[in-house]
Parts: sequence; structure tokens; C-alpha cells
Amino acid sequence: MKSYLVLLSCASLTFILLSMQSCQPKGASAAVSSEAAKAVYVPPGKYDEYYDFVSGGFNGQLSVYGLPSGRLLKILPVFSVFPENGYGYSEETKAMLNSSHGFVPWDDLHHVSLSTTNGEHDGRWVFTNGVNTPRIARLDLANFKTMEIIELPNSAGNHSSPYITENTEYVVGSTRFSVPIGDKVDVPINTYKQNFKGTVSFVKVDPNSGRMNIAFQILTPGIDFDLARGGKNKSHDWFFFSCYNSERANTLLEVNASAKDKDFIMAINWKKAEEYAKAGKGKNWPVSYAHNIYDEKTHTATSTMIKEVLVLDPKDCPDMVYFMPCPKSPHGCDVDPSGEYIVGSGKLAAAIPVFSFTKMEQAIAAKNFEGTFEGIPVLKYDAVLHGEVQKPGLGPLHTEFDEKGNAYTSMFVSSEIVKWRVKDLKILDRVPTYYSIGHLSVMGGPTKKPYGKYMVAYNKITKDRYLPTGPELAQSAQLYDISGDKMKLLLDFPTVAEPHYAEALPASLIVKKNVKIYKIEENAHPYATKGEGLAKVTRNGNIVHVYMTAIRSHLTPDNIEGVKVGDSVYFHLTNLEQDWDVPHGFAIKHANNAEILIMPGETQTLAFKPDRPGIYPFYCTDFCSALHQEMQGYLRVSPVGSNVPLAFSTGKKNPSDSAAASGAKPTDTGAKPSR
Amino acid sequence: MDRRGKMNIISRIVIAIAALGLIATYYLPLWNIYMIAPQYPEGLNMWIWLTKITGKVDVINGLNHYIGMKHISEEMFPEFGFMIYIVAFFILIGLTVAITGSRKLLFTYLVLSVITGIAALIDYYIWGYNYGHNLDPSAPIQIPNFSYQPPIIGHKKLLNFDAYSYPAAGGWVVVIATVICFAVWLFEWQRSKNKIRLKKY
Repeated sequence: MKSYLVLLSCASLTFILLSMQSCQPKGASAAVSSEAAKAVYVPPGKYDEYYDFVSGGFNGQLSVYGLPSGRLLKILPVFSVFPENGYGYSEETKAMLNSSHGFVPWDDLHHVSLSTTNGEHDGRWVFTNGVNTPRIARLDLANFKTMEIIELPNSAGNHSSPYITENTEYVVGSTRFSVPIGDKVDVPINTYKQNFKGTVSFVKVDPNSGRMNIAFQILTPGIDFDLARGGKNKSHDWFFFSCYNSERANTLLEVNASAKDKDFIMAINWKKAEEYAKAGKGKNWPVSYAHNIYDEKTHTATSTMIKEVLVLDPKDCPDMVYFMPCPKSPHGCDVDPSGEYIVGSGKLAAAIPVFSFTKMEQAIAAKNFEGTFEGIPVLKYDAVLHGEVQKPGLGPLHTEFDEKGNAYTSMFVSSEIVKWRVKDLKILDRVPTYYSIGHLSVMGGPTKKPYGKYMVAYNKITKDRYLPTGPELAQSAQLYDISGDKMKLLLDFPTVAEPHYAEALPASLIVKKNVKIYKIEENAHPYATKGEGLAKVTRNGNIVHVYMTAIRSHLTPDNIEGVKVGDSVYFHLTNLEQDWDVPHGFAIKHANNAEILIMPGETQTLAFKPDRPGIYPFYCTDFCSALHQEMQGYLRVSPVGSNVPLAFSTGKKNPSDSAAASGAKPTDTGAKPSR
Repeated sequence: MDRRGKMNIISRIVIAIAALGLIATYYLPLWNIYMIAPQYPEGLNMWIWLTKITGKVDVINGLNHYIGMKHISEEMFPEFGFMIYIVAFFILIGLTVAITGSRKLLFTYLVLSVITGIAALIDYYIWGYNYGHNLDPSAPIQIPNFSYQPPIIGHKKLLNFDAYSYPAAGGWVVVIATVICFAVWLFEWQRSKNKIRLKKY
């Protein structure tokens, strides 16, 4: 009987332990409703509702996704070379990556801003920032190309960028790293407090062409700027920047920049700054920065070095800059659709402070200051605070807004998104993300009229979300339905490189103006060949220019002789096609760069320096037609000093063939005039 | 007034309108050839006017070089040089019919229209035949005993393309004008027969 009891208790104990096992958390897969698949399914041949422009982070590129399907549509090269299409390798595009320190083939692309008019998307441009070599780029939403890159002088780590004002009057940049600027730059690092300065750059955007130029820079104390947003409506004239390291530490910032209870949100009255700049309150500093512009008519980029920048010092410009205290190294700094509320996300803080613009204006008028920081007035925290979202979660980073007065804040540490009401700061809902979310994006979230409907979480940690791919994994993103009271997970999709911020717009805003081809008559490239009869090869010293055309399915000329070792050969390829989606590519054996892709009507150039004699095959790399495989040719390279004459042809009969046929000697070295 | 087969005033106005309606053919395409293939979901349209060809002619030419078809160009069609005069001629006769009110002249006009219409279709067929059969012997793609003659009217499968050939807006104007003239002639013919009968009894 006793042994029977022992056996029974052993069995119960096992049962209890087993049931405890089942108390372990379940995987995330259980959290998706059966409706989710239907909500994100875009049938074959149908289009997504939104274009999503997703930063690529450390790949220096911009990814374009369709939502709600999460399908990758294209990767657009911006700050990094792109062998896939020759960006940064072709002679025409090298200048796009030029800087005051020469050719910089890589950058860290963090944020995107879609241009707005009256605070709403206008579907014209998307701006992106390069953090490492401080730069701002503008891409055109008709051709999906990087059209302009401007370098920011007096800057290091252009992080709180490329945020814009309500009508895209300005796009801003600022210093994540304060550094010594001006004449005296070779200083001991530990003289940070004395010698290091920050700047905020206001880059004017031409309302018609989109062309950028640095209107002015504002000199700031040597602290670190993190993120920024322009005001809207009543706060139209203002720009807000989150700052950390008000401790001004130059080492072990992890600890030293987290010491103070509060850092700042910096508020800049850019209208006032504009007036000061106009009134001559600024000083022109000698600098050097590159301004690179791509011309769609010449299909060529040019890089100009600019030698001066206007700098405004707040000391000479009162009422232009204020600090609002913000708890614990704020990261996100987001303005709600009305322009009244500014959300600072102290990533180490226990609450999310929400500031009121009206209160800020009143506090400024009443000079309700708690003191100054490096000569700049610091407003009283309580005087500018609308309220705090209590116990939102751990590690609040970024906030976006919907059309119903709700805010959504990403929580890095607790891996979740928290939905709360802006008016009364009440938490309404929370959903997990997978894992450690950085930015989040509500459709139209940063505009005056958010579209709502969907929200995407861009995460930093992927772990087990997809089939494993070794130590290095893609980043993960999740799409949520936010149309109801509860946020609902719909889709999980991997993203390219490391997305930081992303912004989406309705496809209908841009899909109709999409560029399909370039008109060959409008091609103003100096080495364009607008017809096969004009194809030729010329030599000037040891520079050889090949004026080559591509049309289905041959290159003209496709037999080239008379090139010698040590020559610099420039293949100027003109794509004569005038139909959508008929690009041609070009590659030649042993070229030390990449291929080039040439769109219909475009001219692009690949440089080649043969280093030894031989026959070098070249071919079309973009499968263009049924006879794509036949689209190939040969370059003969002879030794230095050889007397092989320069000759080129396409479709020419061989000497042996024609001699056999007519006995005549070949003299023709010209390209065949037509196909 | 109508003893010598003169037509009633409404008939004459209708004929004048139909004749003047032909002016539209100077501003509208007469014929449409439409081709669609899996990789051309947007379709390729070619529009034939009195004096020109428009549409995706370059794209069609680009494709045709694989099978050795000639480049379609306006020089291929001497018709573009005189078609406007033919239409002008018909407008003039139509107006003359309206002014004189002669039913006989209207009949002649109808006969001429039908002859010209048939001639145009024969001309179009001959062009299509030559265009579809006279292929470059060195073309990359050659299919024995296969021709690429476009359909005169209706649908035809040409390799991966479905080709459709139909009158365009201007062509329909011509068809409608001719049908109206025929209807008027029929009506007037019936009317005159009744009158003769009335006179007899």
C-alpha cells in the first residue's frame, strides 16, 4: 500500500512538472488571426496600395517595398556604389559620390523624408541622409533615381536628418558627433568642453526643381543631436531636435552621457534664423563641401566644390534657439499631426514626456527659464510639459501618429509597440514586435493627415523569425493592422541590410508619373550615339573612345581592333531602344570595375584599361530578347607599339569569306549603317 | 420640283451632313491594328490616318526585325500622298448631290463609294501580303511556310502575338456616312416609285 502511495505521488509530481513545462511562453505564430493572410494578399498581377521607402542603413541604399504585401520592388543606390547597375562605377555616376575628401563609395543611410506640401505628401521627392560622411540626398519619385547629393561641412555624424519643414522649405542636418570646427581642429580629445562644437544645417529646397543649397548653419554647444522633426500648423516656424550628452563626455558615453537626469529637446525658430541670415547676422566661414547633381538630359553627374557657408551664432541671434529639458538622453523627437504636441522619447526614462507648443510659446514670452546652457535659455520642464505617458514600457524610441488622435511608440527594450491617446496620455493597447524594434512607421504618420490603416515595425534583432542563414541574418519587419481599437499583427517579412526609418505613401500619388524611357532625341550626353550609322571608335593619344549602340540584339560595333596595352578605353553605350523595360547591359572581360546597365534612350560609360594583349569578349548582361545570348562582341588588344590600325565593324564579312566570293580586298572599316 | 427624281429637302440636308461629316477623317485615324502578347500586356497599337501612321510603330519595327519584316515607315505608303484628295472628292460630290438633289447622282456616288472602299481593302491586302511575305532571308528567326500577313479585318495569331484589325473612329465615320447615303437613296427610290404609281391611277 505504501509503495503504491509513493508511486502515486511520483506520478503526480511528474504531472505537475509537465504542466509547468506547458506554462512556458508560446511562440509568436499563435498571435496571428486567420484573417491576416487575406489582408496582406495581393493577387498576381495586382498592385500594392502603398509604396514603402525603407532606409537600408549600412548598405547606403534605399529599398522600395509594396505594402501590404511586403514585397521588395527595388533597391535604389544612394550613398554606396552598386555594381548591379554600375552606380558609382560608370564614368557618369562617379561624381555622385564625390566629397570634400574625394570619392566615398559607402555611407550609412538612416532616415527618409517624403516631400510634403502643406504638411501632406506631394509625391515629388524622397530625401535620405548619409550619417558617416555628412550628406543629404534627394531622389526623384518619377524615375526612382538619386538626383542630388549635398555634403554638409562643419558636421560629423549627420543623424537627425533629412527631416523637413511643412512645405519642404528646408531639409535639415545636424551633428551626432560634436567636433572641433573652424581653424583649430588639431586639439586634445579631452578638451571636448572647450573646443568641440555642434551645428545644425538648414538646406533650402527649391520648390520647383528640388535643388538643394545650404542656406545657413546654426552653431550649437558641443552636444550630440539625435533626431528631429519640423513643426506643423501653429508650430510651422519651428524645428525640434533631441539632444543627448549634455554632459559633454568624450569617452565611455554609455555611462558618462547618461549621468544627468535630463538632456534637451532643442527648439529652433527657423523663420527667425532666416531673418537673421538675411539681415547679415551670420558669418561666412571658409569650408569645402561637394554638391553633386545628376542631369537627366546628359545622363551625367557633376560635382562642384563650394567654399563658403553662412554660420549663425545664437550669441548674435537672440530668441532663435531654446532648450526644453527632456528626461534621460531622448531619442525620438516627434511632432503630432496638429503641430501642438512634441513627443520626446527618453530612451532610459520611465515615462514619455509630451510637450505643448502653446505652453512653450507662453513660457518663452514669460521668460520662464530655469537657467541657460552655454548661453542658450533653458525653459522650465513643468512650464512646457503637456504631460507624461506613465509606465509605457521599456526603452521608448520613436512615436508615430494615426488620423484618430492616437500615438504609437516603439519600445526597444521591451520589444513592443504601445498605443496611447495624445490628448489624455492614456495607454490603449500594446503588441509585441520581433525583436527589439527601432523605428516604426504609420502610413502618413509624419504628415498633417495620416492615412492610418497599417503600421510597420522595423526591428534590430531577428533571431528565429526566418530560416537561418548563418551568423549574419536579415533584419525583420512586421506589418500591423491599426484600423481597429486593437493592433493586429498581419505579416512578418525580412528587409535588406538594416532599415532605420521608413516612410510610405499611396501608390496613386506617384504611379502615373513613372518614367518609362528616356527619349533618344533628348539625350544630350556628349558621347551619345543616336543611331548605328554614327557608331565609331576614335583615338586621342592613348585615350580610345568607343561610341557604341545597343539594340535588340546586337552591339555596334562588335569587332574592335587597334587598341593597345596601356590605352584607356571608354565604352560609351547608348541604348537605342524606345520601349519600356528593355534595358541593355555591358560588361567586358577583366574590367576592374563593374557592369553598366543602360536604360532605353540613355548613354552610360564603362572605362577599361587592358593590361595585356589578347582578345577581350564583351556582351550584354541584361537578358533583353530571344537573341540576348548572341549580343556579344570582341575587343582585340595588341602590345604597346603595335601597328594594328584602329578598326571597328558590325556584321562585316570576314576577309577569307569575301576574298573567296569576289577576290576583292576588304577596305571597309566603318560600322554598318543600319541593322 | 421632284418630277425629275429630285429628292426631298430633308434627304438633301442629311446627305450634306454626311458629306461634311467626312471632314472628320482628316482629324481621326481610319484604321487600327492592335497587337497583344504575354510580354506586351499593355498592347501595341498602330493607327492608320489619311496621311500618316502613329502609335508604337518603332516598337513593332523593333520586334519585326527578328523575323525579317520590313520597317514600317510612311514612305512605304504612296497612298498618304493622295488619300486626302480622294476624300475631298467624295465630300464635293456629296455636296453636289445635296445641292442638285439628283437621285441619280446619289446612286453614282454610292457606286463610287463601294468601288473605292473595295479598292482600298484590296490595296490594304496587297500591302499586308507583301509586308507579311517579303521577308529578309537572313532574318534570325525563320519559320518555314509561315507568313506574317496581318488580318484585313478581325483577328489573327502571329507567333506570340494576337493581331486585331478594325476600323478606327475615322473609318467608322466613312462607314456611317455611306450607310446614311444608302438609306436616303433607298428611301427616295421607294418614294419615287410610289409617286409614279400615284400618277398612273
